[in-house]
Amino acid sequence: MNKLRFSVQILFTIFTNGYVYGFLKGKIYQGPFKYTCVPGLNCYSCPGAVASCPIGALQALLNQQGFHIPFSALGFFFLFGSLLGRFVCGWLCPFGLVQDLLHKIPIFRKRKRLPLHPILKYGKYAVLFLLVCVGSLFLFGGFAKVPAFCKYLCPSGTLFGALPLLSTNPLLRSQAGGLFLWKLGILLLILFLSIKVYRPFCQYLCPLGAIYGWFNRFSLLQIHLENERCTSCGACEKACPLSLSVQEISCSPECIRCGKCTQACPNRCLHFTMKSNEDSHK
Amino acid sequence: MDFYKNRKRWLSRSSLWLWGFLAGILFLGIGSARGQFSVMWRKAVMICMECIGIG
Repeated sequence: MNKLRFSVQILFTIFTNGYVYGFLKGKIYQGPFKYTCVPGLNCYSCPGAVASCPIGALQALLNQQGFHIPFSALGFFFLFGSLLGRFVCGWLCPFGLVQDLLHKIPIFRKRKRLPLHPILKYGKYAVLFLLVCVGSLFLFGGFAKVPAFCKYLCPSGTLFGALPLLSTNPLLRSQAGGLFLWKLGILLLILFLSIKVYRPFCQYLCPLGAIYGWFNRFSLLQIHLENERCTSCGACEKACPLSLSVQEISCSPECIRCGKCTQACPNRCLHFTMKSNEDSHK
Repeated sequence: MDFYKNRKRWLSRSSLWLWGFLAGILFLGIGSARGQFSVMWRKAVMICMECIGIG
């Protein structure tokens, strides 16, 4: 399962960032696929990105003059969320892959959570509300509204957008200043933290995770628990990188459906299913 | 009629994903009719200065 997930993560990242010409020339793809969104957090200013970032799209719609309900972005959230929930985070997000790879580096004693996790886990909802929604509606740079999350926080934009573009485009490089250093600092902090703590950005800051987490309880794809066969041995909880209990697995907004619990269960009573199940986690 | 007879099944949590999926398609349709895809595209095909920490 681990190898399968890793392969899917790599292939999906290459597939959605496959515009090699952009990396070579320091330009971005401008074709028709950018009318659609990828499911994960994937900056559309990445030179290789062939589709749009859903959070970027949401902010672009909120940045319009006046207030318009961002139906297109909501449509993508509902579509991906109701089918997959946070499976997107565990299997299809490029920034999640980066954090997974960093967490494999065998230095530091690994931690699943930060101290104050019960409070900090609500950080992603605060980011979603304050930066993505309120910030994009009311924060102005000159006469135009700004995408506050992209501008002040998003590490995916710095890693996949800023660094490749600035390394190949001297004109952009000459304009980098304090804001870039701020974003670079945030990126380095998150990457450094990822070596010790499992996916800190996903657990505490990602607004996309906050949205998809809401769908976890009823999405089509679930991890099904066969209650009759479960001996409550705790192997799944021990294997879960987020320390979720057997009752929380799959339906908790924190579960990213990485599938490590399904592998760890000695009785094979946890498995992926394409049927939303209301009895399995009662 | 079938829907009325089976309403408990259709409104149960196990079928909520389907309502979410249909709502997603509906929202995409409304967004398309309002020209929101063009707004998204225009933003996505230009280098986003805010995203890369310049704007």
